[in-house]
Amino acid sequence: MADKILMKGNEAIAEAAIKAGCMHYFGYPITPQTEVAAYMAKKMPKIGGCFLQAESEVAAINMVYGVACTGKRVMTSSSSPGISLKSEGLSYLAGADLPSLVVNVQRGGPGLGGIQPSQADYFQATKGGGHGDFKMIVLAPSSVQEMADLTVKGFDLADKYRMTAMILADGTMGQMMEPVSLDYEVKETVDKPWATTGTKLERDHNIVTSLFLNPDELEVLNFERYDRYKYIEQNEVMYEEYLMDDAEICIAAFGIAARVAKNAINEARSQGIKVGLIRPITLWPFPVAPFKKAAEKVKEIISVELSMGQMIEDVKLASECKVPVTLCNRTGGMIPSPEQVLEAIKKANGGAK
Amino acid sequence: MTTQILLSGFGGQGILFTGKFLAYKGLLEDKNVSWLPSYGPEMRGGTASCSVIISDEEVGSPIISEPDVLIAMNLPSFEKFVPTVKAGGIVIADSSLIETKTDRTDIDVHYIPATSLASEMGKQSLANMVILGKLLSVMKDFNEENVKTVLAKVIPPKKAEMLEINMQAMKLGTNY
Repeated sequence: MADKILMKGNEAIAEAAIKAGCMHYFGYPITPQTEVAAYMAKKMPKIGGCFLQAESEVAAINMVYGVACTGKRVMTSSSSPGISLKSEGLSYLAGADLPSLVVNVQRGGPGLGGIQPSQADYFQATKGGGHGDFKMIVLAPSSVQEMADLTVKGFDLADKYRMTAMILADGTMGQMMEPVSLDYEVKETVDKPWATTGTKLERDHNIVTSLFLNPDELEVLNFERYDRYKYIEQNEVMYEEYLMDDAEICIAAFGIAARVAKNAINEARSQGIKVGLIRPITLWPFPVAPFKKAAEKVKEIISVELSMGQMIEDVKLASECKVPVTLCNRTGGMIPSPEQVLEAIKKANGGAK
Repeated sequence: MTTQILLSGFGGQGILFTGKFLAYKGLLEDKNVSWLPSYGPEMRGGTASCSVIISDEEVGSPIISEPDVLIAMNLPSFEKFVPTVKAGGIVIADSSLIETKTDRTDIDVHYIPATSLASEMGKQSLANMVILGKLLSVMKDFNEENVKTVLAKVIPPKKAEMLEINMQAMKLGTNY
């Protein structure tokens, strides 16, 4: 384990991004993600990269758009209210089919809210994140190692599908330290013939834009984009199953909530209750199949969330409401305790005939 | 085996650093570890706390509600967290700053005037290391070579000259 070091989740994202070949970072400070920017500010000048603290979140996301046009790997990071400010830019990136990596280390909302951990931006992240028909690939890390791994993965997916990949973390994931290994050998394999890198008088101009005044043309572009989304839904789903083989109760949880749930599941198992976990790693594309399968055999699904219940809607859709789907939650920056989740498990267990 | 350690005191007492030491120690011993700081506005002048979990198994929630070990470096932390310590757990309290004592008899409480001891050696800011030394001796886990290796990990290279004095402060704790 000599190659492992202790890092905060936010720092792990920043270092993994650099390892993934991202030499351009634009951001604006906000708790609890500021360590991403701080790390970039320290490291980028030393390696010939670009760290720029923009005058606002809106400016930062448009700088991301600018670099993305050139085909270079680029990222920004923020926390909930800051991501709302970036949502116009996210829509433009989607409209122009540009790859980028955007990190949201969520905090309690709505509004300016608080600075404690939250998962209440699930809708915002998975249902679009701005105006118009579009999706982002949404990755939900549940450990510091995954903060790093999914950052690298996010850049690869963004390039492959010419779209934004979002890391949807929360305050605990950003602030906590865990052992992490960052031995990546990253190869950028995707050609970007569309990038605006100068014609050298050898080809026609490349134009990157999200403006299409002819509705026939715009409709076709949207159809094509959704064909791509469909392919992603079929090929890029990631999830973890924990003790689901004989489970009679299923917990649905991602990120920090999944870790809390694991404590509760282990305790429930020691009391003889057969409960397991499905942890979506991609929130979009959502892991529909495992929930559909679980609904054939479990008696209840409990969605554990740091929100008023957002992922629960996708869980209900995926399980086709074949079994009751209940919510176990805290919100506003509070985190459910393992005891609270255990109570919900016991209630589900006692409700059986 | 899982040990949940809660460290709490004023911002500036080195609570987070002490937690980092324990986490790195766990890492070097091939354990699974997590380190989670409080990052609220309370850090400005108020209470700062830090949760460290060291385990043979995968670490689930990094949040600690019932610690096995509590390091309390100020009165508010002592009063708030002593009632949460698991029965049979360990408490190390800085008695220079905590004049009260707990009524609990089901936990192993050690009072050590860490701030005074550190002041006597001219480094009041190392009270946290005195406490840490005491904790490791109570847990029968103080090994000088091991501690040196961990200190070398947590003290940045440009402050390497601090290593020796940190070690001295820890020994004040182990020998108390």
